[in-house]
Amino acid sequence: MAAVAGPTLDGAPPRGADAEGVSGARSRRIGNVILDVKNISLSFGGVKALTDISFDVREHEIRAIIGPNGAGKSSMLNCINGVYQPQQGTISFRGQAFSHMNSRQVAEMGVARTFQSLALFKGMNVIDNIMSGRNLKMKTNIFQQAIHFGAARREEVAHREFVERIIDFLEIQAYRKTPVGRLPYGLQKRVDLGRALAMEPQVLLLDEPMAGMNVEEKQDMCRFVLDVNDEFGTTIVLIEHDMGVVMDISDRVVVLDYGKKIGDGSPQDVRANPEVISAYLGTSH
Amino acid sequence: MLYRENGQFKTSYAADQQIFPIGQDKVVILALLAFAFVAVPFLASEYLFRAILIPFLILSLAALGLNILVGYCGQISLGTGGFMAVGAYAAYNFLVRVDGMPLIAAILLGGVCATAVGVLFGIPSLRIKGLYLAVATLAAQFFTDWAFLRIKWFTNNSSSGSVSVGDLTVFGWTVNTPAEKYLFCLGFVAVFALLAKNLVRSHIGREWMAIRDMDVAAAVIGIRPVYAKLTAFAVSSFFVGVAGALWGFVYLGSWEPAAFNIDRSFQLLFMVIIGGLGSIMGSFFGAAFIVILPIVLDNMPYWFGIPIDTALASHLTFMIFGSLIVFFLIAEPHGLARLWSVAKEKLRLWPFPH
Amino acid sequence: MGAFLETLIGGLMSGMLYSLVALGFVLIFKASGVFNFAQGAMVLFAALAMARFAEWIPKFTGLDSKVLANLLAFAVALMVMVAAAWVIERLVLGKLVNQEGITLLMATLGITYFLDGFGQTVFGSDIYKIDVGMPKEPIFLMESVFQGGVLINQEDMVAAVVAAALVGLLAAFFQYTGTGRALRAVADDHQAAQSIGIPLNRIWVIVWSVAGFVALVAGIIWGSKLGVQFSLSLVALKALPVVILGGLTSVPGAIIGGLIIGVGEKLSEVYVGPYFGGGIEIWFAYVLALIFLLVRPQGLYGEKIIDRV
Repeated sequence: MAAVAGPTLDGAPPRGADAEGVSGARSRRIGNVILDVKNISLSFGGVKALTDISFDVREHEIRAIIGPNGAGKSSMLNCINGVYQPQQGTISFRGQAFSHMNSRQVAEMGVARTFQSLALFKGMNVIDNIMSGRNLKMKTNIFQQAIHFGAARREEVAHREFVERIIDFLEIQAYRKTPVGRLPYGLQKRVDLGRALAMEPQVLLLDEPMAGMNVEEKQDMCRFVLDVNDEFGTTIVLIEHDMGVVMDISDRVVVLDYGKKIGDGSPQDVRANPEVISAYLGTSH
Repeated sequence: MLYRENGQFKTSYAADQQIFPIGQDKVVILALLAFAFVAVPFLASEYLFRAILIPFLILSLAALGLNILVGYCGQISLGTGGFMAVGAYAAYNFLVRVDGMPLIAAILLGGVCATAVGVLFGIPSLRIKGLYLAVATLAAQFFTDWAFLRIKWFTNNSSSGSVSVGDLTVFGWTVNTPAEKYLFCLGFVAVFALLAKNLVRSHIGREWMAIRDMDVAAAVIGIRPVYAKLTAFAVSSFFVGVAGALWGFVYLGSWEPAAFNIDRSFQLLFMVIIGGLGSIMGSFFGAAFIVILPIVLDNMPYWFGIPIDTALASHLTFMIFGSLIVFFLIAEPHGLARLWSVAKEKLRLWPFPH
Repeated sequence: MGAFLETLIGGLMSGMLYSLVALGFVLIFKASGVFNFAQGAMVLFAALAMARFAEWIPKFTGLDSKVLANLLAFAVALMVMVAAAWVIERLVLGKLVNQEGITLLMATLGITYFLDGFGQTVFGSDIYKIDVGMPKEPIFLMESVFQGGVLINQEDMVAAVVAAALVGLLAAFFQYTGTGRALRAVADDHQAAQSIGIPLNRIWVIVWSVAGFVALVAGIIWGSKLGVQFSLSLVALKALPVVILGGLTSVPGAIIGGLIIGVGEKLSEVYVGPYFGGGIEIWFAYVLALIFLLVRPQGLYGEKIIDRV
């Protein structure tokens, strides 16, 4: 796996160049549309957070959502997850359209996410946080759990094995029994990712996974994201501010500004789009 | 050097997930249980049973239940006294109205009724939290106060408003000496404590804690807040209901609704706060503390030779309770249980300071 | 019809009394985000202080005039409440800055117990009288319309007027003064308010002192009506449903909520109670609040609570 170039936009050949899956750096071909967002509008009282947003996400690809602060990127993810209910529009998952998503339904359909402000369970340690991501796979009922010996114990051990594999993958073995509140920020972000991975998702929504990290931490996180996409074929939807990361690892990019979509295409196209440039440089709207 | 984990390596996940993974802990707990079951019945005086051990056991059970709701699931409840009352009166009705109802079955059925009521009054928690929920649970408390006072059917149309149970028999064995009552309660508490510990370390326990820590994130990973909160209310009320039945049958013998009033609810909440929210051991520490403190305060003046009249003693108790709550919340919000684990940490290093 | 009006008016009056206590809750919540469970204990403590000082001052100073003695007692009791506010801030609130709501709620529970015990230790635990010259004889209105007239308690009327005046004063204070604005900022976010230079500890002393003042007024009125005794602090528990109904952040809401609860209680007790064996007053207010919480958690006039992720 090629190392990710630093935060500058140098001339290294970006991954997105061969978005059709021809290049050897990708083990799965990009497939059909798995997530289709159509005409989503969301407002809070008088504030319009999103206006008529439409874009699609193809299976196995890495889709970036970028835009200035306040553009509505997190709100978009929240709509996909069922945290916010948009006033208009539909979201389709594998062809099934929904106008109202319920968080649990979305989770059951195989969509997981991480949070910009780290919504970890501060009262639990790393193992328990990641194990909580396994809850949809736990089948024992409350009485079996009260007795523990038998089915519940076997289930705990089986899921613990899976969680340990995630812990190995994210290289946080030394911290497994530490309460997450005591971990440094970068490690907390890994636990957040681990919890999402524990759901064995088909689509992973990452909300600024590299925020607040230094160069090495970003390289590690990029490596994890790319590994997840490569090994498990997970489709990634990624909100990110670091342009270098976006250009290097994403296949296609959506650009939002003030709740509207102003760009959609391969990273090169988007980079050259005059509207996008002016949005970032701040010309008047 | 006594309390080292050296050489205690776990080779399976099951071993790592035990309740007492450190060998020394296991030994101590087994010794304690053996002492409690075998030695105490012969060593303790009648006063010790009546005034300290039996109320301690029953109130620990109730505190366990409340801790599951407040400490693990983060849903505050001020109606615990009411749920104890439901357990007590329901068990009473099953015992006197159904011929040949075994005692343990009546008590457990009392718990089941408390579960139903608990789930009902837990429904508001789906929409409201924090202090609003506290006020809603007060509705449960006052409603049950009224129901057991005014609805004659519950008290089997007793003219005095109070009910009493006769001799308690379990499988032909009569439970009437203090030592026997103690063993009866101890049996319940030991079983229930194990069930509670199993629940909180399974995935339902994690669901509860996830809801407590951040319910929006919990929903996003697929946890259903409705299921988690209502099961917390259900399990908690079951424990509290059984404790209520034991309180009425074993400790009091005969009681009126006032035995389960709002002061009881506050008392249990204090136990859980002082003992440690979100800790099984903490429930026991808190119960012990709250049971023993008034006795110490009542008797301390005599130890020092200064007589205090009972009214003043009870006021002082109030003041000390209040100050202790505030003290714990400031100094150690995780209660006595945290102090205990800090002490164990120090013990692991002993005799070295760090 | 006459009986109905009597019940209605009686309910309105007792509602006003609840509102007086509820005002203290709203004040503290509005200004510090703390739900002060101890408000009831404060009412009792203030009432005890007033009653005993009114007794002790004449004995100490040999004053003859009852009015003067009462005024002095009021002043001393107020100072005691301010001192209590200062102590509470230093020892409790100051150390719990920025903790979650539930921790602060439990802390006020602790303060409740402490105040209850302390008040009775210092001031005694008998039943005491407060006599501030409130008119005790009931008056009869509308004797021409209804036979015998409608009985109105003058004492309650005075209470209603006092409560209304207090509300107006407090509402204006919050809306139109700089301190009021600062208080609202503190209620929103302790740390943020601190970081822009709002002196948290001074603000809290001010707020709890004002709440203490409200508690004193409420204590005097209640104590004058019922006598000062321990059950006073239980009556104050009734004020919780009032603030739920009215909205925890609304001063006028406390009044409206109190009126609704007062009227609802009396009417339900008289007209619905007999079918249930009576005594439904003890839970009516709470069940009403419960239903409200399910339908409209922020109360009639409170602010909606939004959770962001």
